[in-house]
Amino acid sequence: MSNAENKTQVAIIGAGPGGYPAAFLAADLGLEVTMIDPEDNPGGVCLYRGCIPSKALLHSAKVISEAEHLKNLGITFNKPKIDLDKLRDWKNGVVEKLVRGLGQLSRQRKVTYLQGRATFLNSTTLEIKRTDGSMEELEFEYAVIATGSRPAHIPSFPNDSPHLLNSTSALDLPEIPKTMLVVGGGYIGLELGTVYAALGTKVSVVEMTSGLMQGADRDLVRVLQKSSEPIYEAIMLNTKVVHMEETKNGIKVKFEAEGSEDTEMIFDRVLVSVGRKPNSENLGLENTGVEVDSKGFIKTDNQRRTSDRNIFAIGDVAGEPMLAHKATHEGRIVAEVLAGRNVAFEPNAIPAVVFTDPEIAWCGITETEAKEKKLNIKVARFPWSASGRATTLDRNDGVTKLIIDPETDRVLGMGIVGPGAGELIAEGVLAIEMGALVSDLELTIHAHPTLSETVMESAEVYYGLSTHMYKPKRDR
Amino acid sequence: MTIEYKLPDLGEDIETGDVIGVFVSVGDTVVEDQALLEIETDKAAIEIPAPAAGTIKEVHIKEGDTIKVGQLLVTIDDGKAKTKGSQVKEVAKTQDEVIEEVAEKEVEEEMDADPESEPQEVELNTTQDLTENSEEKEIPDTAEPLAKNKNAVPASPTTRRMARELGIDINLVEGTGPGGRISEDDIRNYAPGKRSKPKSEPQAPEPPVIEPQDPKDKASSDKWGNIDRTPMSKVRKLTAERLTKAWTAPHVTQYDKADITEVEKLRKEFGDSVAKAGGKLTMTSIILKVIASALKAFPEFNASVDMENGEILYKKYYNIGVAVDTDRGLLVPVIKDVNKKNITKLSVELSELSEKARNKKITVDELQGGTFTISNLGGIGGTYFSPVLNAPEVAILGISRSAIEPVYIDGGFLPRLMLPLSLSYDHRLIDGADAIRFLRWIIEALEEPFKIPLEG
Repeated sequence: MSNAENKTQVAIIGAGPGGYPAAFLAADLGLEVTMIDPEDNPGGVCLYRGCIPSKALLHSAKVISEAEHLKNLGITFNKPKIDLDKLRDWKNGVVEKLVRGLGQLSRQRKVTYLQGRATFLNSTTLEIKRTDGSMEELEFEYAVIATGSRPAHIPSFPNDSPHLLNSTSALDLPEIPKTMLVVGGGYIGLELGTVYAALGTKVSVVEMTSGLMQGADRDLVRVLQKSSEPIYEAIMLNTKVVHMEETKNGIKVKFEAEGSEDTEMIFDRVLVSVGRKPNSENLGLENTGVEVDSKGFIKTDNQRRTSDRNIFAIGDVAGEPMLAHKATHEGRIVAEVLAGRNVAFEPNAIPAVVFTDPEIAWCGITETEAKEKKLNIKVARFPWSASGRATTLDRNDGVTKLIIDPETDRVLGMGIVGPGAGELIAEGVLAIEMGALVSDLELTIHAHPTLSETVMESAEVYYGLSTHMYKPKRDR
Repeated sequence: MTIEYKLPDLGEDIETGDVIGVFVSVGDTVVEDQALLEIETDKAAIEIPAPAAGTIKEVHIKEGDTIKVGQLLVTIDDGKAKTKGSQVKEVAKTQDEVIEEVAEKEVEEEMDADPESEPQEVELNTTQDLTENSEEKEIPDTAEPLAKNKNAVPASPTTRRMARELGIDINLVEGTGPGGRISEDDIRNYAPGKRSKPKSEPQAPEPPVIEPQDPKDKASSDKWGNIDRTPMSKVRKLTAERLTKAWTAPHVTQYDKADITEVEKLRKEFGDSVAKAGGKLTMTSIILKVIASALKAFPEFNASVDMENGEILYKKYYNIGVAVDTDRGLLVPVIKDVNKKNITKLSVELSELSEKARNKKITVDELQGGTFTISNLGGIGGTYFSPVLNAPEVAILGISRSAIEPVYIDGGFLPRLMLPLSLSYDHRLIDGADAIRFLRWIIEALEEPFKIPLEG
């Protein structure tokens, strides 16, 4: 049964986008690593039930909508025929290919991979329940908690109903429902809403605040909202779901909106996407010195060390923003710390990307945040209507903007809406990390004709000297 | 430990809710996840579970209240002791941190007239932990307070990392690049004395900047030949920083010789009895005793200068540091209350402390609190040298190798054992005449040991 003779230098709990990069780098730096995860390969939510499968599906959604879009150019296709089983198999194949690759990388690095769940017995020992049911103890010098997060649910909703989906079950593509309600206008709801809408579902979105995508600047969201309106059945803002009831035909939902009467509608499926919760429970943290805040996030310092000296925490479980790439960076930092390097998690910018159509991406500070904090900033905005490349794509709906410190001309933030925004944002992240000035972006030659030119041109706008946008110089 | 439990984030966009039921009252015992209250939010009614088991100390809300995310709900006593983690952090310090701490502490002490009142918890178990840690890889523990939101620094990630590795708080470095961007050179040129604890730094004039030879050249060779670049050890860096800082005091060094022919005879005579006590009777331990007496007679040599307040701090204790050459560099263990100990005891203590310093077992306490320093290089050789002050101390005595020399006494040359002594002092506080009086006092005490009971 118990086998306390098992020892490892570094135990990594959770093999998601935080855990496996931490394990790999720690192994590369000469440490002996054991990684514990319930799945048969590394990957975590990101690969199994998050980023990767959703992007695989969004890719097909994008091609469908682009094909449809070609009618503006005089090209029409027949309505696409969707073989849902094949699409699901392909998506699962994408996941399988990637996680198997990670399994191989893990073995090549001699990382011990234990399939199971770990709980802390104390500050130096884990109890591992293997997937085969066997139990064992593992003594560690250092542990890294990388257990991620899970979809939040609302207790009063009929959570057992097969008609009620969360991000995980929605990605399983059980069917293409005729109608779907997305509760919560955040990025998960909008991305999955986009997928189902492209597959032919009549999707409605309900959001209790006044706008979609809280956290992103309104000028960017407005563009998304305008483009999204045609693909959705309805976007209900300032509207609350006050009741939900399982019926024969689906779920009956009662809405309440200010200034209008309550309405009731029935949906085949309801997708609840109201945020995610950190997986900090059932880990035996009470047997350690690890502290958790009121939201369930594990408290860490800037090296991601918890209040228990030998235990670190990274990724979603260690706090916002709950993004895979943040977790990865934290994981690599912790690996270096464990290898004795004096490094810290201290990024100047973390990009956020919403893979809707158009995409929204931002990094550094947002205009909204700067205004809330009453920071002295200037904003330079370049509309894609003035971009040659955007015109060739028949997508003039984008905007690229820079948030600038007028005292130093430093780039503090960047926001982009438009197709490919997720790729374009990388330049903004680098600019902020390097302490670049607007003139650095202005004086860097960008390839023509590409959407990346909009970054350069927004820098030109700041100086009132944009090539493709004439705006008489104001007195400075 | 009491838990101030606030309304947690209930999921996207739910910010407020109305309390429709409170299920606990003061004095109730709750288990983890037990429902504390029910609130009605815009989307649904939600039960708020207890974050941990414990006793309800206070209920801060009542039915009908509209509450916001983050608002205090209840105070729960979970019956557990305060965080384990922070205690662990205190004791589990690595050797290098101990050394750094000494440096920081001493800076603080300089400003603090009563160093005895300094918190001393750090000594606990330090020795033990040092032994454990010295073998394994050390994990730098630069833990900062949680949730400290710094503004983005205008420097590349590589530059920021370099600053961290050099122990420089990059937020304090002024960038010379466009828009205040901080370059690698800015980091290198940042006054080394300002590292680690800038706030408690006395207002000393800016230390001179040491130009590195070719800072940008990371290559393994230059036009004159091959170069090995090795990172400085922490002890080396610290020594460099501290000496650079000390250098800002205007130094003068006096040289003189003591005739130790007679005292050397005594040293040999009594060596055995000291050896029995477990020490080694050396010229250094004898000089320790002499210095303690000399410091009493010349209080300005047992002092520090506080330029900021224009004050002199006269120390009423006599703690003398002795520089020890170790594998890792120069360490200065401090012998406390030298005036209260006899030479045998001093010899024993000096042997022990030197051994500890060499074996990495020295503790924070044993490296701090000095008021004067002795550096004896005589074992290796040399005639005279100019020791640099061990700031905030204002004087240091350098000892070189003794040699038999012909000395003209009473009309003829006699072979005498002569010991070269070098006294460096801070001219801000001490003038040359006083310094040579002090040094002569030491010499006379060595030549005529009766001077100590007579005058000391």
